[in-house]
Amino acid sequence: MTSSAAGDQPATSSSPSTSSDAGATSRNDNEPALVVKGLTKIFGDRTAFSDVSFEVAHGEVFGFLGPNGAGKTTTVRTLGTLIAPTSGSAIVAGIPLSAENGVEIRQRIAIMPESPGLYNRLSVTENLEYFAALFGLQHPASRIEEALDAVNLADRAHDLCGGLSKGLRQRVGLARTLMNDPQVMFLDEPTSGLDPVAALEVHNLINALRQKGVTIFLTTHRLDEAEKLCDRVAILNTSLRTVGRPADLRTQLFHNALIVRTLATLKDPASLFGGIADITDWHSSEPGRYELAVSDITRAAPVIVRALVGAGADVLSIGEDEHSLEDVYLALVNETSEAPQ
Amino acid sequence: MTGFNSARFMAVVKKEMRDYRRKRSIVVTMIILPFMFLIEPVVAIFIVPASSSVAGARNYVVLPIIYLLLIPSIMPSTVAAFTVLGEREQGTLEPLLTTPISQEEFIAGKAAAVLLPTMVLSYSIYALFLLAAELFATPVVSSAIFDQGALLVVLIVLAPLLACWSIAVGMAVSVRANDIRVAQQLGSLASIPPVVLILILAVGVLHPTMSVALIFALALLAIDVRAIRIVAHMMNRERLVTGSKASPTRATTGLVGRLRNR
Repeated sequence: MTSSAAGDQPATSSSPSTSSDAGATSRNDNEPALVVKGLTKIFGDRTAFSDVSFEVAHGEVFGFLGPNGAGKTTTVRTLGTLIAPTSGSAIVAGIPLSAENGVEIRQRIAIMPESPGLYNRLSVTENLEYFAALFGLQHPASRIEEALDAVNLADRAHDLCGGLSKGLRQRVGLARTLMNDPQVMFLDEPTSGLDPVAALEVHNLINALRQKGVTIFLTTHRLDEAEKLCDRVAILNTSLRTVGRPADLRTQLFHNALIVRTLATLKDPASLFGGIADITDWHSSEPGRYELAVSDITRAAPVIVRALVGAGADVLSIGEDEHSLEDVYLALVNETSEAPQ
Repeated sequence: MTGFNSARFMAVVKKEMRDYRRKRSIVVTMIILPFMFLIEPVVAIFIVPASSSVAGARNYVVLPIIYLLLIPSIMPSTVAAFTVLGEREQGTLEPLLTTPISQEEFIAGKAAAVLLPTMVLSYSIYALFLLAAELFATPVVSSAIFDQGALLVVLIVLAPLLACWSIAVGMAVSVRANDIRVAQQLGSLASIPPVVLILILAVGVLHPTMSVALIFALALLAIDVRAIRIVAHMMNRERLVTGSKASPTRATTGLVGRLRNR
């Protein structure tokens, strides 16, 4: 019996943040943590996801968004070597995705499924000990202690998992992902079912891991969470709709727009707005409210205010029409031209 | 490719043992069944007529003693049928499969965790029977039991091999089944071949001689090794995680083609 895998060397350091541990041994920061090219997965006659390509840099928090059935979890499982892709290629934590490299990839990554999947008859510590052993940690006690501290569960270390609330179980699942000090962490809906305080703790943990250089691949339905945590997001609906920074996506997807509110309805808005060169389009969805598409907000706003005042309008407010990530998401996933298969 | 990692194998065994200890219903069920099989051999000790010769006494005790082999044949199959499917039903299988553990380490660990209590209980029951014979049997009955070295060797050697067969079949069912009740029903079928073998010995078609024991042991050993390998091969991560068979790959580069069996 041997333990010959390159990525299977038992970690000797105890700190999840120590770069000499198993997960971080052969990391090259010049290479992306994840490189996905044309990845496709087909189950029989159903396409889970198709022709997905993106890169994720080391230390980046990458949000993976999409509706139910969009293929997010299948993508995570594929990159986590649980599922074989039908076509395409990927490099995960510096290692090409292949059958031969499955063990080594799994040594360098951690996946937390949506359901934490804990052994209910074992205590929190025993659950973590088991996974520490599977990852080859020879002296896991201090690693377990630090992981429990990181998720604020030190006082529940000896509780049986079967008696924990959903939120606490989720935290145990997160602690488990810290066992092998992963280079890349896949978190599938990590705050699902958590109360706001517990969700905030998870957010803080993700930010702490980001500062330590851990790459986090976060699938979530919570767009506010993605906007708050993620450096970049990808929106998947069987095929990849877009990848980018939330702010860039908003700019790409929506025109610069100003919202003008007036006390009374304008008498002739068409001639008023039509006479301003920077306004490319306009419409009014309710009395006294005008949405103006403009080519340059800073240049157009003063001109519009002057024009309105000159026309005798009582201006209540003028401001930029801000689009949330939710607007981006809805605009992309509601497109019918590339409906999920 | 990586080798068999004994630390991961032991981690699975240790975790399973912890799990058994915490689940008293499993332990109680495991213990009760073997004791049922002890009743007939012990009763046989007492019903041998006082006037019987050693040869005559053998007619009373050989069959019940061979029936003791039913313990390792029947006991582990239902537990084995729960091993993989149980993890799936509890949602613990997917996190487990995201670790570096190979299917060989996982299957071997699970099998060993079923085999160990099976053998402890089987040999304990054998020991209790022999103790009862030593304490209560008449000299004639005692001779009929203890002078049959081959019979005792059959009991000792065939027990783990029969248990391995039942475990392999139980686990094969566990890997493929989607419903725990179906798995346990199918798993119980694993005991049919050992029961047939035991009946062949019990009704005297074959006599439990040393050479017969050796031939059966070698044959069972070969079958068991092959069966465990087949079960490990059957453990397809993709099927276990998604419930679907891996689809054919379109890749021509060999990059993604064989992940399904890792």
